[in-house]
Order: sequence, then structure tokens, then C-alpha cells
Amino acid sequence: MLPQLVFYLFSTVLLISAVMVISARNPVHSVLFLIVAFFNAAGLFLVAGAEFLAMLLVIVYVGAVAVLFLFVVMMLDIDFTKLREGLQQHAAIGVCFGVVLFAELLVAVGNWHMSSVSVTRLSGAPGQTNTAALGDLIYTHYILLFQGCGLILLVAMIGAIVLTLRPVGSGRRQIIDKQHARVPSETLEMIDAPLGVGVISQGGFLRPHTSYHETSVPDSYASGGQIEADKKEKDV
Amino acid sequence: MTPAIASVGLTPYLVVSAALLVLGVFGIFLNRKNVIIILMSMELILLSANLNFVAFSSAHNDLSGQIMVLFVLTIAAAEAAIGLAIVTTYFRNRGSIQVEDVTMMKG
Repeated sequence: MLPQLVFYLFSTVLLISAVMVISARNPVHSVLFLIVAFFNAAGLFLVAGAEFLAMLLVIVYVGAVAVLFLFVVMMLDIDFTKLREGLQQHAAIGVCFGVVLFAELLVAVGNWHMSSVSVTRLSGAPGQTNTAALGDLIYTHYILLFQGCGLILLVAMIGAIVLTLRPVGSGRRQIIDKQHARVPSETLEMIDAPLGVGVISQGGFLRPHTSYHETSVPDSYASGGQIEADKKEKDV
Repeated sequence: MTPAIASVGLTPYLVVSAALLVLGVFGIFLNRKNVIIILMSMELILLSANLNFVAFSSAHNDLSGQIMVLFVLTIAAAEAAIGLAIVTTYFRNRGSIQVEDVTMMKG
């Protein structure tokens, strides 16, 4: 009786929060309801006896994917009310599709049966925990697919970085060769500064003999005007 | 069957999963202009597939289904990352994320 109660509780909250995900006015609320939906799906997984996947769902989805969604929704400065214009004209078509699809799925759920052909079941050893049994299978039967998963994640990571990387040029960069070739005598100078005398009365801060602009990538440190001003100052 | 799912039965799981799938599809229809909500609806659809996998896996005492869920989760995470990266880039270029504007990419 208790598993049934838990199941219906989790599934009710899951469906309600799924409705809220697609109907919330504020996308931030949508993401938060998505998180609630994932938590309840994890609960359903637990009822079904898939503890490892339930924890994975919480960690990967709630911890990573939903937070990613949240970041993007909050980062993009979008007028979301504008995006909701003309909502009703698609809703009728959507309801039609939804009802037909749901009816078809219910027919399918009501009429399926298991094939009588017996197959070998990859179940864990008796007494083994779910996590241990999954681990045994992943690292033996499914090792190639598992490695493929890693490859897909690598490609996705590189793809996301390449897509969002801004063109270089805004940062301050040096010409590394010139910077490495500099010697202390070009830039540093020992000065006997008298005690108790301020910097201002000494003529301000000392500029290096060779400006750091000479080792910088053109236009990366300051505007050209600034460099010209520095050169004039040095000539004077 | 594990004891818990034996008392609930397989059919309620399938019905909940079907409802979740329909909600995801309906969400795509309802929020046709907002790419981010469409991506979230896709997550719901994938979640319903995962629920089916887990229910069948548990009902038939076969762990292959749970491993497939692991792979679906991987694909879903990769898809979300790439999709959101595309949305960010698109927003940076165009200043909006309206789906209808994408057709302006046609020559």
C-alpha cells in the first residue's frame, strides 16, 4: 500500500509541475518547476528500484542541466512577454495533437504483451546492490558504449566552448618574444630616494625607459592615441 | 519484479510516462516562440522515455534498460549544453531568441 501511495504522490506532483513548466509566464519559474519535476521523477525511479539512476538524475539534472538553464534564462536579457504573444492560436492545434497522441499511447499501453521468446536477462547477482550491478554491466557488456558516451560529452563540451567563445582581441596581450627578450637594465633603475619626501615633489612616478607598449600586441593595450602620447612624453 | 513496483504495477508507470510525453509535445506547440521553453519540453520528453525504460527494466528484472537510461541522460545533457550554447550565440548576434526570426537566415 505504501509504495502505491508514494507512487501516486510523486506522479501527481510530477505531472502538475510538468504542466507548470510549459505554462508558467516567467521562464525562471519554468526552470524551477523543471527541477521539481526531476526530483519527483527521481522519486519514481526509487519506487521502481533504480536507486543509482535516481541519484544520478538529481545530481546531473538538478545539479548541472537545470542550473545551466537557469543561468542562460537569467543571463539573456529577453522580453519574455513578447515571446508569449499569439499563444492561443497554437494552443488549439496543440490540444488536438496532444489528445490524439495520448489516446494512441493509452491504446498502446492497454494492448501490448510480452513476446514469448525468452531472452537472457542481464540482472545483477542476488544480494547485489543496484549500483554494483549496474557497474558490473557498464564496465563489461557496455564498455564501448560507455566510452562512446564519454566521447559524446567531450564533443559537446568542445562544441559549446567553440560556439560561445568571443573573438580574441578584447584582452590585453603581449608579444611573448619581445617580452621574454627584455632585460632588467632596460626597464629598471636604482634610485636613491630621500626619506620623508613625497613622490609628487620628485616629479611624479617614474616611467620605464622602454614603454610596455613596445611589447604589447598592437591595439591590445590601449588606444593608439595613448601610445602616441606616451612616445611624445618620452621624447620630451 | 522488485517488491515495490510489483505492488504498483507496470501500467501506471506507462500512463504517467505517456502523460509526460504528451505534456512535452504540447509544450512545444504552446511555446513556439521561446527556444528555451522548447528545450525544456524536450527534456520532459526525454524524461518520459527514461521513465519507461526504468519501469520496464524493473518489471522484467533486466538491468539493460537502466543502462540505456544512463546513455539517454548523457545525450540529454550534451544536447542541453549545445542547445543553450546556440541560443546564447544567437541571442548575441540577433538580440532575440524568437524562433520565427531564424527563418531570416534563408538567403
